[in-house]
Amino acid sequence: MTAGVDLGAPQIQAIRSDDDVVRVRQLVRTVAVAAKLSLVDQTKLVTAASELARNTLIYGGGGSAEVASVDDGRRRGVRIVFADSGPGIPDLDLALTDGYTTGGGLGLGLSGARRLVDDFDVVTAVGEGTRITITKWSR
Amino acid sequence: MALSAEESGRLARLLSEHADRLTQRWTERVGASLRGRLSQAEFARQVQELHRSMIDATRNGLTELSAEQGGELRAVLAELSRGRARQGFTATETAISVFAVKDVLLELMEESPDAGTLRDFVAFSALIDQMGLFTFESFVRTRESLIADQAEQLLELSTPVVKIWEGVVAVPLVGTLDSARAQVVMERLLQTLVDTGSPYAIIDITGVPAVDTQVAQHILKTVVAARLMGADCIISGIRPQIAQTIVALGIEFGDIATKASLADALRHVLRLTGVDSARRHQRRES
Repeated sequence: MTAGVDLGAPQIQAIRSDDDVVRVRQLVRTVAVAAKLSLVDQTKLVTAASELARNTLIYGGGGSAEVASVDDGRRRGVRIVFADSGPGIPDLDLALTDGYTTGGGLGLGLSGARRLVDDFDVVTAVGEGTRITITKWSR
Repeated sequence: MALSAEESGRLARLLSEHADRLTQRWTERVGASLRGRLSQAEFARQVQELHRSMIDATRNGLTELSAEQGGELRAVLAELSRGRARQGFTATETAISVFAVKDVLLELMEESPDAGTLRDFVAFSALIDQMGLFTFESFVRTRESLIADQAEQLLELSTPVVKIWEGVVAVPLVGTLDSARAQVVMERLLQTLVDTGSPYAIIDITGVPAVDTQVAQHILKTVVAARLMGADCIISGIRPQIAQTIVALGIEFGDIATKASLADALRHVLRLTGVDSARRHQRRES
């Protein structure tokens, strides 16, 4: 589970179109730079955010991303919450399997994003939506 | 209905009776809002043109801007806002040019007030509001078409396919690779392969800030399409952070050759084609 104290107000970006996915990426990069994440960690976090933002758009039918800088006392990090009120994920284990896709992609977005970040938490219910929280800590 | 036929007639009279004073005051007000960014002669001409078409329209009994008699007036308004949008004025500055006539009319009407003045002014205002809104809409439409044009130009600009050696073409990708751009890149690359008869293509992703699964998929599809045409693709410009991200994501490029830099990719191709070894051979001989 994620832990830590929020630093400053989280920034929220709505995800309604492909352009918003780009905006999420830019926002995440800005916050990651401010949180002093290394270049590799920035790139990993931005890529994970890109995957999840696109999932929110394509499978969740749009939603929002909330990007916040966090601090657990020892290190700083960036936490992003992707929320949508779409159909939800019926079988989470299957969705997290490499190569499984229902949308014609590579099937690596969700599982890959989990490997790219330090903390990964999914709350989903069929018919109610999905809420994914990821955190990347500086090393 | 913005105003009745009688009110329309009264507006036409008012506009034509005080023509000179009205256009002069109107021009002054417009001039103040534009603060010298448009020549006096230019907007004086615009005001006169607007004034003239307002008189023509109201003489013909205009009751509603969208009515048939308003065609000429609408064209003048659209022309005005198109010009302003292209010259970089704001929507407010453009709309004020039209709304300014309200103040001028009020000044004129206050000089000889009677029982009907207020009602007339409200009716005239309604017409001018319609004109203002129409201007605003034309302005936004012009801006939107400008943005669409620029987006298209950007698409053209950002996807050059260059021949860097005999039989070798390169595509330096810069920025975000979305579906639309990936499509353009693929079309251009395949066409250039045919046109130049090149057996090798290098896709350079140095300028792509993040390679996620969608970008990877677009690149893979392009490579497969090129292969179907008998060309070999090399992906170059893979920076350390991108390499680590691709590994963590689990993307596999299979047997596609990947290189850290464009120079490495070119060297690789030249070695395959025998150019490099030929040169080394020559050097050894001499």
